[in-house]
Amino acid sequence: MGTRVFITGTGIFSSIGRGVDETLASMVNGKTGIAPIRILETVHRDFPVAEIPFTDAELLALTGLSKDLPLTRTTLIAYIALKEALASAGIQQTGDERTGFISATTVGGMDKKETFYPEAATSQEWLKYIDTQDVAAHTEALADLFGFRGFITTASTACSSGANALMLGARMIKQGLLDRVVAGGNECLTRFHLNGFNSLMILDKEPCKPFDQHRAGITLGEGAGYLVLESEEMVRKEGKKVLCELTGYGNSCEAFHPTASSPDGVGAYLAMQEALKIAGLQPADIDYINAHGTGTDSNDISEGMAIQRLFGEHVPPVSSTKPFTGHTTSAAGSIEAILCTLALQEGLLFPNLNWKTQMTDLNFAPVTKLTKQALKHVMSNSFGFGGNNTSIILSKY
Amino acid sequence: MTEQELIDKLRLEIIQQLNLEDQKPEDIDPDAPLFGEGLGLDSIDALEIMVLLEKNYGIKIEDPKEGKKIFFSLRTLAQFILEKQQA
Amino acid sequence: MSVYIQGISCISPQRSFLSEGLSGEPVNYDTPWLSCIEPVYKEHINPTLARRLSRYIKMGVTTALTALKDAGIEMPQAVITGTGLGSTEDNEKILLAMYENQERMINPTHFIQSTHNTISSQIAIMLKCHDYNNTYVHRGFSFESALLDGMLLIAEGKSETALVGGVDAVTEGHYINYARINRWRANTNGSLRMITDKGAGVVPGEGSAHFLIGKEKSPNTCACIKSLELIYKPASSAQVIERCNRMLAENGLTPADIDLVISGNNGDTTNDFFYQEVSGQLFPDKATAYFKHLCGEYETAGAFALWLAASILKTHQIPDGILQRGVVASPLKNILIYNHHRGDQHSLYLLTAVL
Repeated sequence: MGTRVFITGTGIFSSIGRGVDETLASMVNGKTGIAPIRILETVHRDFPVAEIPFTDAELLALTGLSKDLPLTRTTLIAYIALKEALASAGIQQTGDERTGFISATTVGGMDKKETFYPEAATSQEWLKYIDTQDVAAHTEALADLFGFRGFITTASTACSSGANALMLGARMIKQGLLDRVVAGGNECLTRFHLNGFNSLMILDKEPCKPFDQHRAGITLGEGAGYLVLESEEMVRKEGKKVLCELTGYGNSCEAFHPTASSPDGVGAYLAMQEALKIAGLQPADIDYINAHGTGTDSNDISEGMAIQRLFGEHVPPVSSTKPFTGHTTSAAGSIEAILCTLALQEGLLFPNLNWKTQMTDLNFAPVTKLTKQALKHVMSNSFGFGGNNTSIILSKY
Repeated sequence: MTEQELIDKLRLEIIQQLNLEDQKPEDIDPDAPLFGEGLGLDSIDALEIMVLLEKNYGIKIEDPKEGKKIFFSLRTLAQFILEKQQA
Repeated sequence: MSVYIQGISCISPQRSFLSEGLSGEPVNYDTPWLSCIEPVYKEHINPTLARRLSRYIKMGVTTALTALKDAGIEMPQAVITGTGLGSTEDNEKILLAMYENQERMINPTHFIQSTHNTISSQIAIMLKCHDYNNTYVHRGFSFESALLDGMLLIAEGKSETALVGGVDAVTEGHYINYARINRWRANTNGSLRMITDKGAGVVPGEGSAHFLIGKEKSPNTCACIKSLELIYKPASSAQVIERCNRMLAENGLTPADIDLVISGNNGDTTNDFFYQEVSGQLFPDKATAYFKHLCGEYETAGAFALWLAASILKTHQIPDGILQRGVVASPLKNILIYNHHRGDQHSLYLLTAVL
């Protein structure tokens, strides 16, 4: 069924750490990135968020790039994660036709756009950023900075974007269209989507508590995660070290409502089922599910029901890591895939922080303590607005 | 403002806020359910009505679940507004 | 990875909607940008659902549903959309509300529609399609990424059909913003003269086109997409020429076998040289048609070109006002589309007639 797809490198930057090592340390020490708003300028200071604790100027300094470049917060965060991913996979040449770069975001350059909005017609400073507004601006900025010249595109499906980028990358390698793909997603916090989620009244004024009976909504976060996917042949030819294998993926649509999941989670069910089929696995083979688990009424019941229906007697340990990182929206799929690679490598089940009360409609409770357990196959779910549901399976190699 | 006057005002405001272009104000039965059957509005419309309440009447609803009872019909909505205004 | 086009639909600044090919004389625009001739959306979308949809979503959903009808199919096995500008209209409304009301009283409808996957989502909701659903937002690769994804699904055997579309709608805010960085060229002598009246910059346009692509030929099949190539920021036209030759060779063809070239020239003196050099090298004597004077320059203009090519193969007629030179061979078998957006995202499509 096509070549195998291996993960040979990862790069991550979020509120819980810059880089894989810092991130793992936070996960192991139960250190959340959720805190009162510090950097984003907004009137809504009563919502906790998971911000990367650097201003744009500080991020720029970390990148070492010129201040003359039109770099949005999105691009700065993504740059740092991407640099780590490439270094961790030992990639020096990126410009060949058989190497692809698939990124994902939703807000794009909105951080700058909303800042300059009132004076957009007259501001001289805004001129520099006008062409950074769209979603693809960051992808091309990064492609040009890192020398990608093969297949390039940007997926944009809200909270499943990062996972969809990974899925497309894997499929293109499997079908022999590309040998290597660097794929992932990113999102920076903006007033735009903080206000947007607030208009839907699904933001929690306390740190989110996924799968809790008294959950009250989302805690937004920001970050970027990139994974290097390589074909079997590339790995063998270049003697690459393998972090894990991307064995399964599934994408389905809830087709129910623009922002809510169906009560029985048909979309989630189908996406997970498809991922298992591609991986050639049974539900009982999954050792851990990193759930989408946003903490909304709708998602957690929908995803929970779908997990129960699909896994039946064999519901594996489940947790949402969003109480650590916040909901990083377009980056969630790739950030959480990286957390899954760490889970596999370290043999760890990450806890679902802030959980206290069993959901009466579900017959499983999430993992609440860091637990040592050898893992072979893990599943990562990402479900987005518009009913886009994507599920990825990563396996120990 | 009387309850009936408020109902007539709300008819126009709801049609505008929810973009119900083909709906004639006089055809909205004040006692028919706004959601599900009747006018057939959904959860997004409920949120939009909350925005309308804040914009036009200065009333902020903190919990979306509260909205379900208040928005049962045009009449219950009008009564809620009048109660809040008298308080 | 070849697929058959089983159904098509297009809303554009020309008389394209529900028409077998372009009908009537080409429409000329003397406005800053070319705007679509829009249908009565209520005739195609349930009014209760349509009431809250912004313009670009209505355009996209309408061409999607009518492409399905054209294919005689009720349920596609995938829904994939490409859009370069995405939800610009809804984003602008949110920004305005945030500014005017100091971040209070934001309408949820605009936020819900602000994620660029709204068209794919609305199509799936209306059809109750639970299958594969995706959206690409990458400038001049937006539609081509969506199409490539659809072709890949079919090649993988995952789906037998896919509903693929490219949608972009201009807003005044977008035009004003990009005018500040001299993106546009003034439409001084009318859109039909934009290519001949060269100048720096582009005359913007918009459109929505959907295609039901499939593994099998059906009674409504009008064309076969044999290959699709995407080239990012080629250093020169030599790279495009090399990829084009390679693509043709992979299909057992040479430039001599192409019966019609559809070329994305738009009169922009900054970047039209790519078209001139590729055409000059590979297709100097071939029948060549232009299309951007009909739809304007926009990120998903490739979808309009594909619709045009497919409708030419369907009707066996070349519409008025597009052929620039040469005589089209009869029977018309192989069409090559070469299009790029701002010299950065280049695409080559190879289509063949289905006889």
